[in-house]
Amino acid sequence: MVEIKIDEELVKKVAINARLILTDEELKKFTPQLAEVILESFNKLDSINANEEPSFQPIEQKNKLREDIVKESLTQEEALQNVKEDLRENGYIKGPKVM
Amino acid sequence: MVYEETLNYFVKEAKKDFSLVEKNLESIIGEVKENIKNGLNHIEFFDEEFVLAQLKELKTSEKKGKLYGVPITVKDTACVKGLESKSGSQILKGYVPLFDATVIAKAKEEGAIILAKTTQDEFGFGTFSTNTQKIPLNPFDNARSCGGSSGGCAGFTASTKNYHVSIGESTGGSIAAPSAYCGVVSVTPTYGLVSRNGLIDYANSLDKFGVLGRNVDDAFSLLEVIAGNDEADSTNLGIEYVAEEVPLKKVAIAKDILEKCDEEVKKIFLAKIEQLKKYVKVEEVTLPLNLEYALSAYYIIATSEASTNLAKLCGLRYGVQGDVEGKHFDEYFSEIRNANFSEEAKRRIILGTFARMSGYRDAYYLKALKVRTKLINEFKNAFKEYDAILFPTMPTIAPRFDEIKNMTPMQNYAMDLCTVPANLAGFPHLSINAGFSEGLPVGLMVVANHLQENKLYSLGKVLE
Repeated sequence: MVEIKIDEELVKKVAINARLILTDEELKKFTPQLAEVILESFNKLDSINANEEPSFQPIEQKNKLREDIVKESLTQEEALQNVKEDLRENGYIKGPKVM
Repeated sequence: MVYEETLNYFVKEAKKDFSLVEKNLESIIGEVKENIKNGLNHIEFFDEEFVLAQLKELKTSEKKGKLYGVPITVKDTACVKGLESKSGSQILKGYVPLFDATVIAKAKEEGAIILAKTTQDEFGFGTFSTNTQKIPLNPFDNARSCGGSSGGCAGFTASTKNYHVSIGESTGGSIAAPSAYCGVVSVTPTYGLVSRNGLIDYANSLDKFGVLGRNVDDAFSLLEVIAGNDEADSTNLGIEYVAEEVPLKKVAIAKDILEKCDEEVKKIFLAKIEQLKKYVKVEEVTLPLNLEYALSAYYIIATSEASTNLAKLCGLRYGVQGDVEGKHFDEYFSEIRNANFSEEAKRRIILGTFARMSGYRDAYYLKALKVRTKLINEFKNAFKEYDAILFPTMPTIAPRFDEIKNMTPMQNYAMDLCTVPANLAGFPHLSINAGFSEGLPVGLMVVANHLQENKLYSLGKVLE
């Protein structure tokens, strides 16, 4: 059994991990909704034993190997086509600060 | 043009007389415009020039393929070269793919004309196509939902009088649910039969493209074309598919799942089963583990995978982009995501992030994957004796929008009771209309073992 308390603090923490900053209003609305799903649905799995191998895929998959051959890919110009004009610089994409 | 024969007949005639393609296309373009004008919201994106350019190309082409001149609508989640593709989400607004999803490339190769993108729940997050800005209306009653998340596909397929088929996509029931609510035929194939390359993903181990059509033959004609090998998708099984009838011994009704459905749905379903008994032996099974645990395991796995997939959407490279000047990446990504994901997307991202967090991962995510194995085995045991298992596609008829508004997320997820088990296990399933309750369609679902699509085809032909 997973002992857990789903409160606004936890929801806020998880949201930040997922790069979401919820408004107070969202936090108030989501917390009981998420608590209901986690406690009533997710935690239901506590009542079943499962020692089977996990199914990461629903059907058996074989590794598909292919020759490592260089093929034509997108040109730099094409790769930048979906980038906003003012975020393009000398063929690169301008991003936010990382440091 | 009026839809009287199968698609195969249309294609055969169109190959002899191109004016049939032109007439059918002109008429269906008229319907698309009418649909948009009347606010039925089945169409997410339509560009007449884009469509007519394909017609022109087809006219001069030597090759006359299996879908020669057939207009196809496509769920927004499929990437179409040169057409805005945003999987129903604001965060991908303006994204124009530089390539065709494999299903689109295969359909075009066989002479299909890509007509329009159809509306859906954002990223497929929903059962009623209400988690989006353009909510499709049920053609049988505009106050009701088309179902979701491939709502636009089903709504348009039910509305058109012209030759047409539609490519939908399912993660937990997103093809079957709307096809049931709109009274059309759909096939959700075995996981891996159809390439996912170019599918804007929701949950990688669950997502699959599938087909919707007015009749069984039409749906399977499209499935034959889009199935098959694709080295761009590492989970593609590399198997080609040809539809043909196979002998059937016996099938079973999942009695315990049926018991959970509304009385009116049960009644229509059982009346259809009575007819089926003239052709095939019908017995009963129970699937107690699936009934009890499939929804829980599904929502843990689906939200976990969704939360990782959606991490790449952060306002860089494509889709919505903001002003990065002077901003730290954490701040920039969070701002873009906050402003452009819907409430439901945020809820699912939080649920999935939670289920994968250190300390909870083994109890939730890993446990759900082990339970998934158990649930697959429960079906497989039944398939040792039965060709297919049948139950209603949805536990209710299409709900009204005011009813949906009052549902909690938990009540909403519970509506996936019938569609989730086959999707979680990657089993192919067919949904076909069983009849009407107060003028609204009731869907019947047929589930078969992995790669037994031809059992669905054969049963579909009998049921039709």
